[in-house]
Amino acid sequence: MNSQAMSANNPSELPVVSDRLARNALRNVSERLIEALLLSAAAVSVLTTVGIVYVLVSESIHFFQQVSIVDFLTDTQWTPLFDDAHFGIMVLVSGTVVSSVVALAVAVPMGTIIAIYLSEFANSRVREIAKPILELLGGIPTIVFGYFALLVVTPILQVIFPELPGFSLLSAGLVMGIMIVPYIASLSEDAMRAVPMSLREGAYAMGSTRLYTALHVVVPAAFSGLAASYILAISRAVGETMILAVAAGMQPNLTWNPMEPAATITSYIVQVALGDLPHGSIGYLTIFAAGLTLLLITLVFNILGQWLRAKFRENY
Amino acid sequence: MQPLTNEQIRAVIARGKLKDTIFKGLGLFCLSIALLVIVALIADMVIKGSDRFTLDFFLNFASRRATQAGILSAWVGSLLVMLVTALAAVPLGVAAGLYLEEYAKRNWLTHVIEVNISNLAAVPSIVYGLLALGIFVYKFGFGQSILSAGLTLALLILPIIIVATREAIRAIPAMIREGSMAVGATRWQTCRYHIIPYAMPGILTGVIIGLARAIGETAPIITIGALTFIAFLPPVPFTGEPPAGLFDWVMSPFTVMPIQIFNWTSRPDPAFEVNAAAAGFVLMVMVLSMNAVAIYLRYKMRKNIKW
Repeated sequence: MNSQAMSANNPSELPVVSDRLARNALRNVSERLIEALLLSAAAVSVLTTVGIVYVLVSESIHFFQQVSIVDFLTDTQWTPLFDDAHFGIMVLVSGTVVSSVVALAVAVPMGTIIAIYLSEFANSRVREIAKPILELLGGIPTIVFGYFALLVVTPILQVIFPELPGFSLLSAGLVMGIMIVPYIASLSEDAMRAVPMSLREGAYAMGSTRLYTALHVVVPAAFSGLAASYILAISRAVGETMILAVAAGMQPNLTWNPMEPAATITSYIVQVALGDLPHGSIGYLTIFAAGLTLLLITLVFNILGQWLRAKFRENY
Repeated sequence: MQPLTNEQIRAVIARGKLKDTIFKGLGLFCLSIALLVIVALIADMVIKGSDRFTLDFFLNFASRRATQAGILSAWVGSLLVMLVTALAAVPLGVAAGLYLEEYAKRNWLTHVIEVNISNLAAVPSIVYGLLALGIFVYKFGFGQSILSAGLTLALLILPIIIVATREAIRAIPAMIREGSMAVGATRWQTCRYHIIPYAMPGILTGVIIGLARAIGETAPIITIGALTFIAFLPPVPFTGEPPAGLFDWVMSPFTVMPIQIFNWTSRPDPAFEVNAAAAGFVLMVMVLSMNAVAIYLRYKMRKNIKW
């Protein structure tokens, strides 16, 4: 009634109903269009995954048409660019495993101790200083860490172990461990802070000390988060490239001894990419087979991490 | 069980307190190792590289003689690659974050996208290099250009920007959206005039952290086959003979700071160590100042915003 009265007063100023509907329709169309655009932006991430899998698998298929998969997994030599070519991926895997184990031996204890300290012991002032320091450490480019490992850490280690060669998995692994500490520390700390205060208060009320509470109440309660941070650390260590390419040498070497130089899956890819291999040659194909191996290793750990998180999740 | 005497109880308490103190010391020790590494790293590069902190170092091309070699093509390359990365990753990342927070329905598609983003964050960076080598360099024919490198790094930091955008948007209370919709704004208008502006500081933080990560990335760029010895700059638009087009530089060969450092560290001649140290310090300053800006922004944001 009211609107009728108003439009009767000044009919020229109000749009006709059909006009309004038309504008509404236009508006709906543009809204739909925008939503579709935004969705396609989100779909880019899925396309990236599809692209990664497509490239690695399709090039690896070409590779495995020329090299048998049994040789690939069991041969103990990796000499793809020699006349007498051997393609034993275990050689590269051994370098990756040894350097990752060294890195984790540093990063897991250090990261966990820092996380427990920051979450359970430190006052807010220490935390305000410590967290940016850790963040800065995590932000240092890996090539700079590589430089540090080769030209600072290796000479120091050579004072302690005079027989250590100029390139070694040990020095690269140690620096890699330092690089990973911030990831473990910040994720684990988040997990421990999410543990409700009442659990700690219960433990304190029973006369527990801080350390006892931290180790026997908070850590078990936050275990799924801790496990997730360790898994992420493994992925980082396995996928780390530049520290190893700079400081661990790039000769393929089937070894379990961290005191030796060795190539890893990642540093081999770098070495090939630095050279000038023709597109489609067997040398070019090897890096995709190596990349696929790397992706499968990280995938296994990712799945393991998700399983651990689901199994040990505590709900409060 | 025998009841404990007072002395025994005191001894138990003292032992517990001692263990607490020891652990505190251990925690501080581990933290100081982290700090020590940063300090040692910077000090080493400053001391070793101090001879090269001259204007010439920034204005010279790479050279076979260590004392004459500079980082001109490297820092220009890094800046241009970052420009491409930012132009590609920021719109895509913000749009994807906006979609997931404001538009997406809870269905399988959304779930796939979310799981996918968190998995991509764990993919080693060198794998992105292989993706780019197969797709950008050969399939799309971009070659070993600034464009290929920029797009590769854009894909690499996309998850970082998406996650930062989503977190910033999630912090905006529902009443903002309700208020906007109550006066007749459409969903896009709400996003355009309210959600995006209010989420801006958080998005910016994520963008800076992402770019700081990208500028230090070496492996994916080496993998696409970037050259290590470049003694020229990409063409400046509208100069040269015949005049270069506005976007000719994106197809130019290039080198970036991390690759230059890698090249210098892997040479046997120790004179190049000095160059590597100086260039490493320049890269560190770039990355750390970007990170510091991001940390400051976040700190400021946490203090200022009160809904």
